[in-house]
Parts: sequence; structure tokens; C-alpha cells
Amino acid sequence: MPRLIRLEGERCADAQDDFVTLEEEAPDPGGDIVVSLARFLAEEQALRDRPGGRVGVRLEPADEVEALEGRLSGLTLVALAFPRFRDGRPFTSAHLLRTRLGFGGEIRAVGDVLRDQAGFMARCGFNAFEPADGSSAEEWAAAIARHTHVYQRAADQRSPAFVERQGG
Amino acid sequence: MYRYDAIDRAVLADRTAEFRDQVRRRMSGELTEDQFKPLRLMNGLYLQLHAYMLRVAVPYGSLDPRQMRGLADIARRFDRGYGHFTTRTNIQFNWVRLEDAPDILDALAAVDLHAIQTSGNCIRNVTADPYAGAAADELEDPRVWCEAIRQWSSLHPEFSFLPRKFKIAVTASPHDRTAARVHDIGLLMRRGRDGKTGFEVIVGGGMGRTPYVGPTIRAFLPSDRLFSYLEAILRVYNRHGRRDNIYKARIKILVAALGAEAFGQEVEAEWAKIGPAGDLPQAEIDRIRNAFTVPDFKADPSTGDFEDRRAREPAFARFVRNNLKAHVHPGYGIVDISLKGIGETPGDISADQMDVVADLAERFGMGEIRSTHEQNLVLPHVRLEHLHEVWKILDAAGLATPNINLISDIIACPGLDYCALANARAICVAQDIARRFETPDRAEAIGELKIKISGCINACGHHHVGHIGILGVDKKGEEFYQLTLGGSGAEDAAVGKMLGPALPIDRVTDAVEAIVEAYLKERREGERFLDTLRRTGDAPFKEAVYAEAH
Repeated sequence: MPRLIRLEGERCADAQDDFVTLEEEAPDPGGDIVVSLARFLAEEQALRDRPGGRVGVRLEPADEVEALEGRLSGLTLVALAFPRFRDGRPFTSAHLLRTRLGFGGEIRAVGDVLRDQAGFMARCGFNAFEPADGSSAEEWAAAIARHTHVYQRAADQRSPAFVERQGG
Repeated sequence: MYRYDAIDRAVLADRTAEFRDQVRRRMSGELTEDQFKPLRLMNGLYLQLHAYMLRVAVPYGSLDPRQMRGLADIARRFDRGYGHFTTRTNIQFNWVRLEDAPDILDALAAVDLHAIQTSGNCIRNVTADPYAGAAADELEDPRVWCEAIRQWSSLHPEFSFLPRKFKIAVTASPHDRTAARVHDIGLLMRRGRDGKTGFEVIVGGGMGRTPYVGPTIRAFLPSDRLFSYLEAILRVYNRHGRRDNIYKARIKILVAALGAEAFGQEVEAEWAKIGPAGDLPQAEIDRIRNAFTVPDFKADPSTGDFEDRRAREPAFARFVRNNLKAHVHPGYGIVDISLKGIGETPGDISADQMDVVADLAERFGMGEIRSTHEQNLVLPHVRLEHLHEVWKILDAAGLATPNINLISDIIACPGLDYCALANARAICVAQDIARRFETPDRAEAIGELKIKISGCINACGHHHVGHIGILGVDKKGEEFYQLTLGGSGAEDAAVGKMLGPALPIDRVTDAVEAIVEAYLKERREGERFLDTLRRTGDAPFKEAVYAEAH
């Protein structure tokens, strides 16, 4: 079971992961589950009606987050997969989920997730991480806090330099 | 020069500390080379054939004397006493040691310089007109926008893992000295009907194995909407650019696959969703503009003994003819410093020469130095009354070669002498051609002729846009060279056309000479090489190069 780190405010902490990621055709074991986007879209009503467990959706980099538009209520978790850490598409997916689709739940980075990307991930709206490099919650917190200033508006609440400079 | 504030300095300090930690983890074995590679690349550190190479950003090609001395200091302490200016207006140190890299970054930060995003699949250093703020023909100083782009693109959370590297050029002059049409994005400043400034937006130009002159996707973008528009372009690219094949991953491939019109529509649709919330507030643009020191130009058109010396000293007159450009303020000139001394390595400069340039900029150049994508330097603001003295000092330092835009002002990539990707050498080819045409009268008689040499298909030497382009290829372990004719990186951008079969290294200079002789025979009054070629087509040149072979 990979370690799960959650970001709350500026704090990172190890967290209990109750979600089970289902393979495409795997039967529903009950409890909290994560399904692929295709499965979610195909079985949406049944998944919404299932008792006794929460539902999350996992998006691969090529999956368009717009497919979830209007379907996010009741969803607790969106997992964005990094098949390779160099694949930067999940950054855009997270950004759009937060800023355009208004998703307020957990956006979790899964796959080839390295702490050297922590700052970028947090800024794009990720708030949960399954590190692939064995890094600890303390290391994630340090990496996220590394930069005192940022130049751009992003999906987080940080004031960019141009706002700080106006005394904002 | 843009003056860094406390925030700009803090960003550099934090970044340097981060990289120091990453180097420590690499050296302790905590990180493997595979894991470390993308991290070092984001800090400009490459592993080359013989050593690590550190590529330092020269943001939009602007340096002040203090920074140039800082680079000289690094060349002496951590390299072999020299540095190499690149076609991205950056400077590379070719012989650094991994364990020194954090200290070098600290030394750079002390003079407000860095190596951030000089490599990796992110937004790279912005190219600006090297004559910005001085050119008689510009609409306004494009560096304000370049600095704003530098900040916006630095450690951008969403756009630091793009499909491939990404390069932006900005110019505000009708004469394009940035090669904007072969950048991922070219921004050409225009004046709108309402008198306000904006940009013609070109996307998807590029070189490499599939060269394209980029199409215009928007004829006029109001400048205050620039950043939301850039965000839209980058988002469309980040989502849809190819990631399955490194050679098809640049934005030019996406633009060509969709077609410029369809690509433009996608960008416009995304732009509409972003809206003005994605733009930089006017107050910040104004702040950046005000953070640029404006040289205290004297309203005095007098030129001292400039004309007199020019009339009496032929060598000085030659330097003036070739290396001096018109300045917006009477009494001033723009001085090109050639880093293409005959027989030298294009773009190389010694630490002592860096100090000379720094001193000249301080004493006579209002504290400004520029690097150009053609691998030369510029003193943008020199009073003509001082030019003779400046020239004497440059000459004594081996920096007064009067060959700007002439046949020996050659762009060459580092090639097989340094680069792990190269198939063939480029530097010695450039040196050999320069020696063949070293007689200044002959070079001037030939006139504007841009030769650009790449040691492999990645085209770092810009051979596609050379009037004569030379591409090194490997043929069964031997270095061969393909010639292309008719390329241009200027406002009349074009990709050169291959002339014929590749030639062995010992025939390249002869072939160039044959092309030049054919041009001199064919040319009509007032024609440059490119004009003659466009009129005649390549038949006379093909004949000249390949006839003897039959």
C-alpha cells in the first residue's frame, strides 16, 4: 500500500487511505472505491446510489476533466495519474478541476509522484499525494514551503508577487 | 536594465537552496542519475561529452557590467577562463564540476543571474531584439514585456513539464533581429487603430528536424491581454502536444497537424474561458517599466572628432561601416562587438575580454550590454564622440573584428567538440570558412551573407535559416555536410532548400567559395546574396558546387 500524504493548509501529514482502486472489470467490494473515468460515466447512477461507501474517479493524463462537468457533486476524490513524472498534463487537469469546475474535494496525485514536484502540484490544486520515491510528509511540507514568493496566479490561495508588490 | 527587487532576489535564493539540496542528495547517492537528470536540467546543468556544462540565463540578452564581471569571475574560478555565448543569448560554461554547481549558482545569484529553465521541457529564456531601447525603428522597448514573461514563466506550476521545450521571442521593430518566426511563439509588436500597442502572434515556428516558419494565429492582440493569451496557448499545447515521440513533441507539430486556423480557434476558445482574470494588472506592467533604468541620454547631437577620424583612418571607417547601427538619439550609436574573430570559436569570449566589455559598458556605454542570438555582443548606447576610443580598446582586446552580418560572422553550435548529440564538428568548419574569407575587402565586397552551421539535425546552429546553411551528418562514421541555400531568420523568414548531396569536410569551404563566386557573377546592382538567389533560383549555385564532380 503506498503511503498517502494529505496537505491541509500548509501542513502535510500521513493519512489513512480508505479508498480501493478498482480494476476495470473488477466487482465492487463495497466501501470507498476509485473507478476509472469510463466506468464512472457508464455506471454513474448506480455508483451514486450505492450504499455505505464513497466514490472517487481516476483520470489518466489524456482524459479530459470537462467530462466531469456537472457531475462532481457527491464525488469525494479525483485521482490524477502520472504514468511518468515528466507527463505534465495532470497539472492542467488539477488546475481546471479547481478553478473552472469548482471541485472542492480531494485531488490526489498517483503514479510516478516525486517530492521535487511538490510545489508545482500544491499550486495546481493537488492536496493529496502518493509519493513513489519513499519521501515523508515532512519532506513534502518542506518542498511545498520552499519558495517564499511565487510569480503567478494559480489554483491555490497564494498571492503572486504582483499582488504582494501592490501591498495586497 | 531591470532592477531586481527583494522578491526577485528571494526567488533566486530559494531556487539555489533547493538545487543545493538536490546536488547533495545526488552526491550522497540518495538520488540516482536518472532521478537527478530532470532536476539538474531544470537548473541548466547538462552532462556533455567530457564534463558537465552549465548554461546560465541571460534574460532577453541584457547584462550590466557587474553581471559581466560576475561571469568573468566564474569563468576563472570554475571553468578554463572562458565562456560561450549561445544562440539563445545565454552563456555556457563547458568545463564545470558537479560539486561546484551550487557555488556557481550562488555566485550568479549574487549578481542577479541564474540558470533556471535554461534546459528541460519548460518555457526557456525569452529572446528580445538586442537593440531594444536603442533602435531608431522600434515602437517601444520590448524588454518590459520580456521581463514580465520571465516572471510569469519562472517556475510556472502548470507549464514546467510541457511536451517539449518552449521558446518565445519578442520584437518591437519592423526589422526582426530575434528570428521570431522560427520560435514556438513569436510576438511582433504592432500599433493598433486606437494607437495602443499590441502583438501579432505567431505560433509554431521552429527548426530541428522539421523546420517551419510559424503562421500568424492572431493579427493583433492588445498588449494588456497578453498573459491570458499566452496561458491559453500553453494550456492547449500542454494538453494536446504529442508526448509519444520526442521529435514530434514541439508545438510546431501540433500546429501543423491541426492547421493554423483550427489551432487558433482552440486557443481563442480557451482564451475566452480564461478571460481577463488571466492578465497581468496594468499596475504591475507599469512597475516593471519603471524598474528599468532609463539611461540619461544627453540631448546633444555633437560627435566630437568622430567624422574626422572616420575620414582619416580606414580601419576605423571599416569598423563603423560594419559594426555601428543607427541609434534613436542623435549623437549616439549602437556598437556590435563581434565574437567571431577570424579563426576563433564563434561565441567564445575569455574572462579578460568579458572584463574589457564590462569596463567599456561602464565608461562609455551607460552600463548596458546585450548578447545576440547571432552569438555577438552589443553596446547599445555609445556616444559617437567616444567611439574611436571604444574601438581602440576593443581592438587591443581582439574584439573589434569588423564583420557583423558578413560571411565570417558565422553561427555555429558547439558540435562534436563538446556536444553529446552531435554527428559532426561545427566549430572547425566555421573557422576554416572565416579564414578563407579573412580579407576584409573581399568580405565587404560580398556583403550581407549569413552562414549558419549545425553539427546535427537538432539545428542549434540554426542552419535552416542560414543564407547558406551547413548541416553536419554522419555517414558511416565520417563527417559529411549538407548545404542549404535561401534560409532567413529575419522578417522575410524562410527555410533553406537543400542544394545537393552532402560533401566531405574537406570540400565544404571550397563549396562555399564556389557559391560566393557564382553569386558575384550573377548579382545585379544593390543585391544581397539572398536577393540574387531568390531571383535566379539555385541552378547557378548547384552548377558551381557540383559541376566538377561530373
